[in-house]
Amino acid sequence: MADKVMSIAEVVGELRSGMTIGIGGWGSRRKPMALVRAIARSALTDLTIVSYGGPDIGLLVAAGRVRRVVTGFVSLDSIPLEPHFRRARQLGTVELTELDEGMLHWGLLAAARRLPYLPIRAGLGSDVLRVNPELRTVRSPYSDGEELVAMPALTLDVAFVHLNRADRQGNGQYLGPDPYFDDLFCLAAARSFISCERLVDPAELRSGGPAQSLLVSRMMVNGVLETPHGAHFTSCVPDYDRDEAFQREYAESAASPQAWSRFRARYLDVDEAHYQRAVS
Amino acid sequence: MTGASRVEVCIVACAEAWRDDGEILASGIGLIPRLGAQLARCTFAPDLVLSDGEAALVGDDGAEGWLPYRAVLGIAAAGRRHVMMGASQLDRHGNQNISCIGSWAQPTAQLLGVRGAPGNTINHPTSYWVPRHSRRVFVDRVDMVSGIGYDRAAALGPPGNRFHEIRMVVTDKAVLDFRSPDRGMRLRSVHPGVSVDEVVAATGFPVQLPDQLPETRIPSDHELRLIRDRLDPAGLRDHELER
Repeated sequence: MADKVMSIAEVVGELRSGMTIGIGGWGSRRKPMALVRAIARSALTDLTIVSYGGPDIGLLVAAGRVRRVVTGFVSLDSIPLEPHFRRARQLGTVELTELDEGMLHWGLLAAARRLPYLPIRAGLGSDVLRVNPELRTVRSPYSDGEELVAMPALTLDVAFVHLNRADRQGNGQYLGPDPYFDDLFCLAAARSFISCERLVDPAELRSGGPAQSLLVSRMMVNGVLETPHGAHFTSCVPDYDRDEAFQREYAESAASPQAWSRFRARYLDVDEAHYQRAVS
Repeated sequence: MTGASRVEVCIVACAEAWRDDGEILASGIGLIPRLGAQLARCTFAPDLVLSDGEAALVGDDGAEGWLPYRAVLGIAAAGRRHVMMGASQLDRHGNQNISCIGSWAQPTAQLLGVRGAPGNTINHPTSYWVPRHSRRVFVDRVDMVSGIGYDRAAALGPPGNRFHEIRMVVTDKAVLDFRSPDRGMRLRSVHPGVSVDEVVAATGFPVQLPDQLPETRIPSDHELRLIRDRLDPAGLRDHELER
């Protein structure tokens, strides 16, 4: 079996400007932040980011990498509104495809199942249809004749998810309470990359949790990275909780261009090893 | 038992939203709706199913089920849920906005995003909690319809609107509902110490007034003991109204 272990630089080297990138996790929980930081440092531009949004979106938007965000919300959980995303929206510097959370789920599911769309009730009557004029409805061909939203597939060029453990072949394990939509992001993407807290051998993966904790299979994965503390400052339970103090520092960096420059110089214009030393 | 505070009246009013709901997921978004759902379950609505806010369903002695986000969306689509959400804006039809203020293209204030509000309101009963009843919240027109109100549901018509119901709006001043002939927002009760004029003045559209207007019911001693000793012994509720 192929050894799929890669470096952060190798993964980012596979990306191109203009790509559509899906990011797993939820809000400020289990986000592949080591990869997000590397993309923020890169020269990539015009990315479309599909995410149940947290600081992944805020950081990439603040760093100028993003043309469009596809999401149902952007939140830091303990800080309800993501300040960098807010600022960009209020300045009009980022485009948005705003969807209901269930519509986002359905769009990923359609992509993962290689369907052009899936019907869903969510969105009917709401302004989601007003602000996304490309969305269409579809009428049931059966006797009920119900009209539903035809949620188009959210097909991704690349997906990034962060898991607690993985092996070198790309089997990934979550040990926290919620898988979020990480397996779906992987199947919705042409190429998927998983980062993990710790690379282990298959025997340790099996003994680390029940079989259903093996959320992502190697057949869904093109590359694996070990990025210890790589979800920081988002939570990655049971390995660690959210770093609330650092998250506040991050949020305060949206206060002014000067504050962002200071944050960027200290935490982003350095490699991952330096970042981890700076926050430890 | 000392008298009930305003926020304790609000918690009981929130709990009442789930009365007679049976065996469904009672989702309270935020502290006061969550305390309301918990109070309902340990008093008059014992069949309600509650989440711990993460991925577990919690019964009397710990977890009784698993409900990660993907399953929450599934339960919402299945209709076995009644959610009480917040609202940055609400209009007289019950249209709710939590997305942004101003024009959507370039808002003056970006808020959360629509979250699950479109799917919630089209799929199962929805109620709202407003900690500060004011003309900033109760507006003539909301800027971005996230949760849909009765006019939007009527425009959809059957069968698409058959699961739509806005049950109740609980604020720091009053309880409101939509049980009026034209499904416009109606004052249902005012909290003790609040005048009808005060509610009317704090509402940015003509709210309908029934002939008989009761006071919101006072918590029983048993309910107060549950709130104070078991559900919120740290008193976090006392910081919720004046933020």
